[in-house]
Amino acid sequence: METLNEFLHALLATLRDVAPIALTMVGFQVLVLRRRVRNLGQILLGFVLVLLGLAFFLEGLELALFPLGKLMASQLTAPEFLGLDEAASGAGVEWQNYLWVYLFAAAIGFSTTIAEPSLIAVAIKANQVSGGAVGTWGLRVAVAIGVAFGISLGAYRIISGTPLHYYIMTGYVVVIIQTIFAPKMIIALAYDSGGVTTSTVTVPLVAALGLGLSTSIPGRNPLLDGFGLIAFASLFPIMAVMGYAQLSEWAARQSRARSKSEDSGD
Amino acid sequence: MRELLGHLYKSLFDSVRDLVPILGVIAFFQLLVLRQPFPNFAELLIGTVLVIIGLTLFVHGLKIGLFPIGESMAQDFARKGSLFWLLLFSFALGFGTTVAEPALIAVADEAAKIAAEGGMIGNNESAKHEYATGLRFTVAISVGLAIVIGVMRIIRGWPLPYLIIGGYLGIVIMTAFAPSEIIGIAYDSGGVTTSTITVPLVTALGVGLASSIQGRNPMVDGFGLIAFASLTPMIFVMGYGMVL
Repeated sequence: METLNEFLHALLATLRDVAPIALTMVGFQVLVLRRRVRNLGQILLGFVLVLLGLAFFLEGLELALFPLGKLMASQLTAPEFLGLDEAASGAGVEWQNYLWVYLFAAAIGFSTTIAEPSLIAVAIKANQVSGGAVGTWGLRVAVAIGVAFGISLGAYRIISGTPLHYYIMTGYVVVIIQTIFAPKMIIALAYDSGGVTTSTVTVPLVAALGLGLSTSIPGRNPLLDGFGLIAFASLFPIMAVMGYAQLSEWAARQSRARSKSEDSGD
Repeated sequence: MRELLGHLYKSLFDSVRDLVPILGVIAFFQLLVLRQPFPNFAELLIGTVLVIIGLTLFVHGLKIGLFPIGESMAQDFARKGSLFWLLLFSFALGFGTTVAEPALIAVADEAAKIAAEGGMIGNNESAKHEYATGLRFTVAISVGLAIVIGVMRIIRGWPLPYLIIGGYLGIVIMTAFAPSEIIGIAYDSGGVTTSTITVPLVTALGVGLASSIQGRNPMVDGFGLIAFASLTPMIFVMGYGMVL
């Protein structure tokens, strides 16, 4: 009963989020475009499915994954788990104590990105538009690897206390250099994949990790140092996707070259 | 109805596959690293089932609803040929989807707290509320503008990297002048403003426009709207922190 109540609550919240978009679209369709929508019934059904789906999705996350994930993030970053209490007595923090934090950051970054609905949407579209050249699965795994690396590095930044903007700006330089060499077709998609990765599933869990780390580590202010993980998570997928495209282009060229040399050898 | 159920049944397996990694990670850390049993195992199970059902419905709704309407509206706008209405629609879409975005509301409240603690605004509820609301509208306007500029780019065929590099430069310049307390939250705001419903619609809009305008390639020109929409909030949040 309680679950049902919460579900209705989630449905209402989703409706409220969608209302301005739906109003904008209906308004322009009716007043400006004045054109009959093809398959109107089908599209309305689609909207209903999206609404219901999001409500179920959010409710399920709230019920199962968020409480547990947040609890884990706080336990893994608790001073006792990190061995910071012993450090206070002069032994110094062993880097191995943070190993689990980095691993957790990478694992949670990777797995939440795979489940991220916006990324699924972009991957489906990219697959259609590219006529299958961009695989949905390949793109999503590339993005997830980028997020995993980004969040681990972001965790290292909070632990080491270095300024965020140095990392981000170095990242920008790398992105610009990669843009020069990456296949033209992938560039726009790669830039987009940075923005879509951090959404419904990733943000709450990653925020809990940042908050936990900046609260436990002496000298960090959670209000200031807890941020920045999302920024990492939206920068590194850009590099990962361009890198993936560069690698697959290189591999294709290698195999072409090899088959050519085999041809001439015969 | 039967057809619908058939489709849903097929994509149910995809949803299960999408969730396996996250369940694996949680089980591994809970059982092997933290060495604790699962609290509320029943809730975890019900929640997981709900997430799988939700993801399945969402992805199918996306394919039959959001994508087709986004593309058909883009094509209709292209056929109508009125730049003014198209740009107004783009702005409304960007602004409307961002202003009520729950993640943005959370970020704006955090930023208000930081500002109050740093003594930039008075440390009371009304000052904080005013600051947060102002920030939300600023970001929403910036996303609206980003979509407008992005749509202009698709129509005129401007190369995306120049615009993105311009955005990066803007961020670098703003970072040099913005109060250091605001930088972290400004950088994060770029990632959180694009929501789960905005992304498919905006993507469909871009791809639809690029495929109905002659000389544009949907792959090269159609994507990129989201990228721009996640850069402008960073600039505007820092700008907001400087002005106030």
